[in-house]
Amino acid sequence: MSWATALPIVFMALMGLSMLLYVVLDGYDLGVGLLLHRATDDQKDTMIASIGPFWDANETWLVLGVGILLIAFPKAHGMVLGALYLPVALMLVGLILRGVAFDFRVKAQDAHKPLWNFAFFAGSGLAAASQGWMLGRYITGLQEGWPYMLFAAAIALLLPAAYVLLGAGWLIMKTEGELQRHAVKWAKLAWAPLVVGMGLISLATPVVSETVRGKWFSMPEFIALLPIPLMTLAALVGARAMLNSQRVLGKLCWLPFTLTVSVFLLGAIGLAYSLFPYVVMDRLTIWQAASATESLAVIAIGCAITVPTILGYTVFSYRVFWGKATALRYA
Amino acid sequence: MDALLLARMQFAANITFHILFPTISIALGWTLLFFRLRWLYSAPRSPQTAPAPRGGLPFLGRPGKRQDRDAAWLMAYRFWTKVFALTFALGVVSGITMSFQFGTNWPGYMERVGNIAGPLLGYEVLTAFFLEATFLGVMLFGHGRVSERAHLIATFLVAFGTTMSAFWILALNSWMHTPAGHVIRENGEFFVQSWAAVIFNPSFPYRLVHVLLASGLTVAFVLAGVSAWQLLKGKANASTPKVLRTGLTVAAVLIPLQILAGDMHGLNTLQHQPQKVAAMEGIWKTERGAPLLLFAVPDEATRSNHFEIAIPKLAALILKHDPDGEIRGLDEFKGAKGWEHPPVKPLFYGFRIMVGTGMLMLLFSWAGLWLYRRRAWVAEKLPRPLLWGLAGMSFSGWLATVSGWYVTEVGRQPFIVFGLVRVDEVASAVPAPMIAFTLALYVTVYLALIVAYVSVVKYMAEKPVDMHDLVKAEPVGATT
Repeated sequence: MSWATALPIVFMALMGLSMLLYVVLDGYDLGVGLLLHRATDDQKDTMIASIGPFWDANETWLVLGVGILLIAFPKAHGMVLGALYLPVALMLVGLILRGVAFDFRVKAQDAHKPLWNFAFFAGSGLAAASQGWMLGRYITGLQEGWPYMLFAAAIALLLPAAYVLLGAGWLIMKTEGELQRHAVKWAKLAWAPLVVGMGLISLATPVVSETVRGKWFSMPEFIALLPIPLMTLAALVGARAMLNSQRVLGKLCWLPFTLTVSVFLLGAIGLAYSLFPYVVMDRLTIWQAASATESLAVIAIGCAITVPTILGYTVFSYRVFWGKATALRYA
Repeated sequence: MDALLLARMQFAANITFHILFPTISIALGWTLLFFRLRWLYSAPRSPQTAPAPRGGLPFLGRPGKRQDRDAAWLMAYRFWTKVFALTFALGVVSGITMSFQFGTNWPGYMERVGNIAGPLLGYEVLTAFFLEATFLGVMLFGHGRVSERAHLIATFLVAFGTTMSAFWILALNSWMHTPAGHVIRENGEFFVQSWAAVIFNPSFPYRLVHVLLASGLTVAFVLAGVSAWQLLKGKANASTPKVLRTGLTVAAVLIPLQILAGDMHGLNTLQHQPQKVAAMEGIWKTERGAPLLLFAVPDEATRSNHFEIAIPKLAALILKHDPDGEIRGLDEFKGAKGWEHPPVKPLFYGFRIMVGTGMLMLLFSWAGLWLYRRRAWVAEKLPRPLLWGLAGMSFSGWLATVSGWYVTEVGRQPFIVFGLVRVDEVASAVPAPMIAFTLALYVTVYLALIVAYVSVVKYMAEKPVDMHDLVKAEPVGATT
C-alpha cells in the first residue's frame, strides 16, 4: 500500500479517535452541566469540582478532531462545516458560555453566581443539542429535505440525554452520599432516550444509504458483525440493571460509566464501519478529500510524537485527580 | 452589505476577541513561574548538608524552609493564577471558534494553501494547545497533589506551551504576508518546497518578537494597573507593592525594546509590502523626503489628505534612515481590477493609536518606576495621579495590540496570501443574512464577556485575601 493510500486512512482513524474521545470526555462534562439545575447549591459546587481539572483538555479533543478535518481533509472541512454553518455557530456559543461560566461562577460576586450557573446549564444544553443536530445531519450524508431535518431534530433531543447518562455515570463514580444517589436517579431517567437514540441512528444509516445496507445486511458480513449490536445491547441492559443495584453506591460505582462509555465505543465502531471510506457519506471519499501526501507526512510525524504523549499525560492528569471529587482550590 | 464584507467582519470580530486573551496568557504564564520561583527562593538557601525541603532546581540550589519564605510572593502567585485561569478559559473557547471559522468563512483558503497552512495549524494544536490544556489542570489545582518540582514543571510547560502556540500561528500568519518556500501547481494549489523557508519566512522573526514583546507589555500594565487600583481603593495586601514593582520594571525594560523591534518590523514591511507602509503613513504620491504626519484625514475619493499636521522629512528619516530617501506612494499600486492597496483610513489611524499608546506606556512606566524608587519602594507614598494613570492604563496593551493587528491584517487586503491569493477568491457561499445573524450573536456574546472579564478581575482585586487559602493546601513535597 502506498503512502498516498495509507496516510488518509491513518488520519481518518486519528480523527475518529479524537471525535470519539471528545464525545465521551466532553460528553460527561456537558452531561454534568445539563444536570446542574437539578442540584442544590452545595451539590453544584461538588459537581463542578468533579469536572474542573478536565474540561479544558476534554474540549481540546474537539479542536484536534476538527483540526484534522481541516488540515488533512480540507475539501471535506469546507463541505461539512458549510452545510452545518448555523448549528456550528450555536454550538460554539454554547461551548463559550459553558466554558467561561465555569470560571466566572466561582470568581464573580455571590449575587451573580445563579446567573453563571444558568449560563453553564444553558451553554451545555445548547452545545449538546447542536452537536446532536450535526450528528443527525452528518450520518445522513448532509442531505436536504424534511425527513432528514426531522431525523436531525430527533437526534438533537436524544444526544443530550446520552450525555446526561454519561454525566450521571461520572457523578456516581466521583461523588458520594446524597448527590451520588441523585445521580443514580438521573441516570435512570436518561437511559431510555439513549436506547431510542442508538436505535434510530442504527436504523437510519442503512435506510438512507444503499452502500451501508449492502455492508451490513449481506452474508457472511451480517454474522461477523452481529457481535457489535449484541454487545451494545448487553452493555445497555447491564448498565440499566446496575442502576437498580445498591452496589453502584459502593465498590462498583465505576461500572455504569464504563458501560455507557463502551456503548459509545461500539456505536463509533459501527458508524466507522458504515462510513468508510467516505468522509461525507456517498459523496466524498477520504482520498478525494485529502491534502497532498507530503503535507500529510509532515503532520503525521508531529502526530506520531505528540498524540501518544498527549494520551500519556491525559492518563497522568486523571490519576492525579483520581478518586472522589473534593473542593477545588487554586494552589 | 455583501456577504464577503460580512464574512470578513465576522472573522475579524472572532479573531479580535480571541487575541485579547492569548496576549495576556503568554506572558502571564512566565510571570506566574517568576512569582513561584521568587516565593520558593525567598528564604535563605538550605545548606547542602542539612535536611532540606525537596523541590530544588538545577543552578538555583535547594530552597529555604517553607516557614521562612515570603508569603507575599505566594499571594501574588495565587491571585494571578486565578486571573490566568479566567484568561485561559476565554482563550480556549474563542480558539475553538477559530478552528471552525477557517472552514465556514474561507473554504477556498484551505483548498488552495491547505498543504502549507494545515501542518502549521496542526503543530499549533498538537504541541501547544494540548500542552497548555492538559498541564493547566495540574498547574491550577494540583499544588498539594503532586510534588513541588512536578508542579513547577507543569507551570513551566504551560508557559512554554502558550509561547509555542504563538510561534506556530505567527509562522502561518507571517507566511500569509511574506509567502516563501512554496510552488504553485496547475490548479492553483500550493505545495511546499522547503519547510524551513515557509516557517522562517522573511517577516516571521520580526513579527514573533513584536508580538511576544506586546504580550509582555500588556501583562506588565495589567499587573501595574490592578496593583494601582488596589492601592487607590485601600485594598492593597502584602503582595501589591511587589506586583506593582514587577509590572513597572518589566514595562520599563520592554518598551524601548518594543520601539526598536517595531521600527525593524516596519522596515521589513517596507521592503516586502510597501503599499502597507504607504497607507500607514498616508503617502499618496511617491516622494523624496516624505514628512511624518502627526495627524491628517486621508481621503480615498480625492486620493489626498486633509488637515495635515506634519514634521518635514521625518517619515523618510525613520523609514529610509535618510532625510531625502524615496518612499513609494499609494498611487503606484494599481492592478487590473483597480487599486490594489489596502484601505487607507484603518491603517493610518490604527498605526497612530498603536504608536500613541506605546508613547504613553513609555511615559508611565519610566515615570512610575523613577517615582517608586524615589519613594524607597513604599507603594503607599506614590502620588495618586500616577496611580490613577496606571489604573487607567491597565488594559492599554489590548488597545495597542489590537490596533497593531488591524494595521498589519487590513494592510494585507485585498489579498489573503499577499500578492498571490485574493480574499474574494476563497470566500464561502453562505448567504449574507445567515452570516449577519451569527455575527450579531457572536458580537453580543463577546461584548458581554469582555465586560464580565474586566469586572470580575476588578472584583477579585478588591476582595480581601483569604489567609486560610495560603495556609491550606500544603504542597506535599515542600513541607519541612
